[in-house]
Amino acid sequence: MRCGDFRETYAEDMALFETAFARRAMFAFLAAMMAVPWVASAFWLDVSLRVLIAVVAATGLNILTGFTGQISLGNAAFLAVGAYSTAYLAGHWNLPFPLVIPAAGLITALVGMIFGVPSLRLKGLYLAVATLAAHFVIEFVASHWDSVTGGVNGISIPAAKMGPLVLASDRQLYFLALPVAAGLLLFARNLFRTKVGKAFVAIRDQDISSEVMGVNVFRYKLLSFAVSSFYVGVAGSLLAYQARIISPENFPISVAIDQLGMIIIGGLGSLLGSVFGAVFITLLPELLRLVTGALSTTFPELTTLFASVKMGVFGLAIVLFLIFEPDGMAARWHHIKNYWKLYPFSY
Amino acid sequence: MEFFLQLMVSGLVIGSIYALVGLGFVIIYKSSSILNFAQGEFLMLGAYVCVAIVGTHKVPFVAAFLLTLVFSALLGVLVERVLLRPMIGEPVISVIMLTLGLSSVLKAVVQGIWGTDTRPYPEIFPTTPVMIGPLPVSQGYLYSMASVVVLLTLFSVFFKYSRAGIAMRATAFSQQVALSMGISVKAIFALAWSIAAVVSAVGGVLLGGIRGGVDGAFALFGLKVIPVVILGGLDSVLGAIVGGLVMGVLENLSGGYLDPLVGGGVKEVAPFIALVAILAVKPYGLFGKVKIERV
Repeated sequence: MRCGDFRETYAEDMALFETAFARRAMFAFLAAMMAVPWVASAFWLDVSLRVLIAVVAATGLNILTGFTGQISLGNAAFLAVGAYSTAYLAGHWNLPFPLVIPAAGLITALVGMIFGVPSLRLKGLYLAVATLAAHFVIEFVASHWDSVTGGVNGISIPAAKMGPLVLASDRQLYFLALPVAAGLLLFARNLFRTKVGKAFVAIRDQDISSEVMGVNVFRYKLLSFAVSSFYVGVAGSLLAYQARIISPENFPISVAIDQLGMIIIGGLGSLLGSVFGAVFITLLPELLRLVTGALSTTFPELTTLFASVKMGVFGLAIVLFLIFEPDGMAARWHHIKNYWKLYPFSY
Repeated sequence: MEFFLQLMVSGLVIGSIYALVGLGFVIIYKSSSILNFAQGEFLMLGAYVCVAIVGTHKVPFVAAFLLTLVFSALLGVLVERVLLRPMIGEPVISVIMLTLGLSSVLKAVVQGIWGTDTRPYPEIFPTTPVMIGPLPVSQGYLYSMASVVVLLTLFSVFFKYSRAGIAMRATAFSQQVALSMGISVKAIFALAWSIAAVVSAVGGVLLGGIRGGVDGAFALFGLKVIPVVILGGLDSVLGAIVGGLVMGVLENLSGGYLDPLVGGGVKEVAPFIALVAILAVKPYGLFGKVKIERV
């Protein structure tokens, strides 16, 4: 009978899935996710597509902030870079989506690396402030570079296509977004089994010590910015394909705060946490909408207050999580899982 | 030339309000190393509370203003006690996120109670402009400049001579030393938060008086003050004052002269471009203390 979480060999320690059951459960879960478009209504399909996009973006942010310890408030801007790259590549050059999405990711990675350069000298609060500045600079460019971004009026994006294949509806896009999200999560999981990922974590835990241990801190910080921004760029690209029209108003600073909220609530430095957080933060306003809709017959003033209720509940959720469960939903999940796995001898 | 002077004057006025809010930032950062992203919401809330007291209870403005200050001081203590105290020892990102969460809660409260429309402000200042040389300057500008100068002087004296002020400086210098000298660091944190809330509320009321109304955009002040405190140095009171004035003038001049060339929006982005430059050249600002890190 198991009474603890023991790993006896290196192979066990490095394994992607702890048990064969976990692997089967994961495949079953993915299969179930593939079935969603057949059962979900148009509304829930739209929500689940947005969840998938949020998962990709939150995973990217978690790589940078949760695993490498570099606080970024510039995620909304990086999302915008990915979305506008998509608009340009797909709109002007008519490229197929298998080229556009990675290209948007790479362009965002490049921009992310440029704004990652200050991390050579800055850390903690100061880096957060520098990325905040990056947000406002990119927002300014997006609303003034009319020939590429369409300025404040926005720009429309053609449907994702490759030859005769056109992915116009949410249902069709879902089958693109699900493998992309799953693949990127698998890549991130593998990344943290390699030297690069371990270097990221070492920088987070103590940057000076890791430098002494032979980690090239600046190089790996830039690499972390690049990988993270690539993820966010891909998310931006998917977002552009879903929204079909984007303007600077789609990327306010509150989007960056939402995404930070996702990884805080989900769990910093945990891939499972980014998934939990993305699902939670994306579903929260939709569930609130359902609740206020149900209550609006008795309290008609609720519908007018909806925007502020949404904002307040979001803020409250973050505050309460930080005070009562600072390690996030992922930690809670592990507690619960271990409790059942080790029952009744959980020492 | 007159255009230039106009821009300078309005820049200095806005800059003095930046300095006031920046002072709140610096006081919190100095004593507890927390960057308070909810500072702008404190400002907005102060402005709303004041106008609500004047409007609904028919209280004279001065009394309402004093009540607003009391309210803000209590709010600051409450926020520190309930939200920030459990965060001692948590990583920077968590504390930043907590203040961001607090800012959305406060914004939601304000929107829920007062809605999103602009609320007109009572006429606090006489409307006839005063001529300074050839330049007409509105009296509101002069009054708010004067009150900011008075407040900043008061706080300088407070930090230099009063018992509580000296205790705050000791805490900023080293919390352990302060504790061993019998200073209650917790009380100092609470004091810092209430001072920050009070100065922001004063800034909010002045801004409401100058603009003639208050709306949700006031909260943006909290973000715009960040370049100010970075320029001055996050832990320098003098830096907040200098930084505030410089940034106010800078954004007004760049807005006034560059907006026609690129089509608007320069005023909003100029402080942040300056911020990037400052961080690249002198990350600890003009008067900030350079931190030496040891493993």
